[in-house]
Amino acid sequence: MTTATISLIPPGAWLALGALLLPLIGRRFRPTLILGLPLVTLWLVWTMPNGASPVLPVFDYQLVPVRSDALGRLFGIIFALMAFVGGLFALRQKSTVELMAAAVYAGSAICVALAGDLVTLFVFWEIMALASTTVLISSGGERAVQAGMRYFFVHVFGGSLLMAGIVVNLADTGSLAIDGLDAGTIGGGLILAGVLLNAAAPPLSAWLADAYPEASYSGMVTLSAFTTKAAVYVLIRAFPGTEILVAVGMFMIFYGIIYALLENDMRRILAYSIVNQVGFMVTGVGIGTEMALNGAATHAFTHIIYKALLLMSAGSVLYQTGKRKCTDLGGLFQSMPVTMLCGVIGALAISSFPLTSGFVSKSMISQAAVDEHLPLIWFLLMAASAGVFLHAGIKFPWFVFFQKDSGLRPPDPPWHMRAAMILFASLCVGLGIWPQPLYALLPNPVEYVPYTVPHVVNMLQLLLFSGLAFFLMLPLMKRSLTITLDVDWFYRKLVPWVATRSFGSVAAMYHRWETFGRQQIGEVFGFLVRHAGPHSVAAKTPDSSYMALVVVALLGVFLFLRFFVW
Amino acid sequence: MVAPDDKHWLVRPRTIRRLWVWFGTVLAGLVLADAFVHGHPSFGLDGTFGFYAWYGLATCMAMVIIAKVLGTLLKRPDTYYDDGND
Repeated sequence: MTTATISLIPPGAWLALGALLLPLIGRRFRPTLILGLPLVTLWLVWTMPNGASPVLPVFDYQLVPVRSDALGRLFGIIFALMAFVGGLFALRQKSTVELMAAAVYAGSAICVALAGDLVTLFVFWEIMALASTTVLISSGGERAVQAGMRYFFVHVFGGSLLMAGIVVNLADTGSLAIDGLDAGTIGGGLILAGVLLNAAAPPLSAWLADAYPEASYSGMVTLSAFTTKAAVYVLIRAFPGTEILVAVGMFMIFYGIIYALLENDMRRILAYSIVNQVGFMVTGVGIGTEMALNGAATHAFTHIIYKALLLMSAGSVLYQTGKRKCTDLGGLFQSMPVTMLCGVIGALAISSFPLTSGFVSKSMISQAAVDEHLPLIWFLLMAASAGVFLHAGIKFPWFVFFQKDSGLRPPDPPWHMRAAMILFASLCVGLGIWPQPLYALLPNPVEYVPYTVPHVVNMLQLLLFSGLAFFLMLPLMKRSLTITLDVDWFYRKLVPWVATRSFGSVAAMYHRWETFGRQQIGEVFGFLVRHAGPHSVAAKTPDSSYMALVVVALLGVFLFLRFFVW
Repeated sequence: MVAPDDKHWLVRPRTIRRLWVWFGTVLAGLVLADAFVHGHPSFGLDGTFGFYAWYGLATCMAMVIIAKVLGTLLKRPDTYYDDGND
């Protein structure tokens, strides 16, 4: 926290607030806004000096809405870039709500990356949850709405863990600082749990593959980028070197591989592979050396690009064919060459092939394991690198674009979708060949040299032999029309089942009493209606002659009494 | 649908055979390269001849088999959640 030279308004706010104009302007100006806002934001983040905004006193607390340093800017830059390319890809998206929510989502993610205190961070964290849910359910359809509600509840739970942690931490330490929290304290532990939930860590990893693939063809591209990577950002800031993260990350890596291997839906394969990739970053944060943290941060940066590329490729297939299952797809390389090529580049990048961006980022994490003399971690990371090629690098392109001929011959998607893919594909290759500009953005100085002859030969051996394993084991990987049970079974099947069983008898009892009560009330009202209702004696309108007769009779009685009794 | 005789060149059996031959040659070449390239093995085992090749092959096969076994327990029809309360 040095000089206060930065505006109080976070750059992400321009993106988020500007997007609210989308429904108000004509369709002709929409592309300008969708593409212009992220570019302006990108420029604002890029040109930010190190420093912090003036302190904003709110009640008793000193908030720092904007704090800029290398790590925050790195994430801000990639988030803004992602918003631009995601917008370009989604230009034809009919749902204005999705486009608007996507921009608010990206904008608040940038605000999280530049937040200077835990309260500011929490506020934008929750806006992200709301906006991403909106992106999800705006794709329409019952499945999306149901998945959206499950997603929202999981994240509300995560948000409450985070908030409880912030409050406890504030009470214990009196500080709202994000940096260097202690996971061993109750406050720090709760914050860690809340953040890990957003990173799709166990035990609740299932929310990601449950929710994201129900988004629209463009919605999932946006969703893949922000929530998990904002969580990785907070982990790097707040919990570097927290040992448990190594185990958590390892679990995520292999969970992602195994579940992706079993999956049939092309976008669910990629969803599991997000968990896998975030696992590498979480492991890096757990190792916690400068090299490892650099690796985690670079890997988040390159991952956003190639994962969005893979999902744009899958999204293009979905957009053109309306199909999402590997069993229905295949042979598309013949009519969708651009989509296939971009998908393959994304697949090579996620597998860390030499000359792609994944190669220059992921290997920093395994190098950190070498430097720290962690043989078990290193051997597992190597197996995992091979496994990435297996479950995402070959499986996705193979089953979608090659394998059997599905007979489908859709053309490549419209120009702006191709442009978005080509842009990110070029970045995957560009950063792979020339990583220096990316290394220059990293928080710690980089002395790492990715391209040495042994490293390249070793990685090629590892990857190509895992490719051999794929084709040798192909009969075992025949796609079937199945899903794989996960922790979400507990809240999608078990809880409803228990609820209907146990609350079922309560409901039946309630129903009996309700019927009885209604009967009783009905009888009381029946009695009243019979005796005082519209057809009862009391409600009759007597005619005037009858009234005159009654009055005369009363008068007669009165006279009689007057003369003879008194 | 495409008639079998005018299949795309890439999916003709002859091309696929050639691709396997090339692939095999590249794999063999990479393993042989180990004889000439000396890295800095960090943990002993990773310095042995062709380590990355057999390790990649073996771990991948293991992962596929583990997935297969887990799949027999955990796989359900993809309409599993569609019926009933969900």
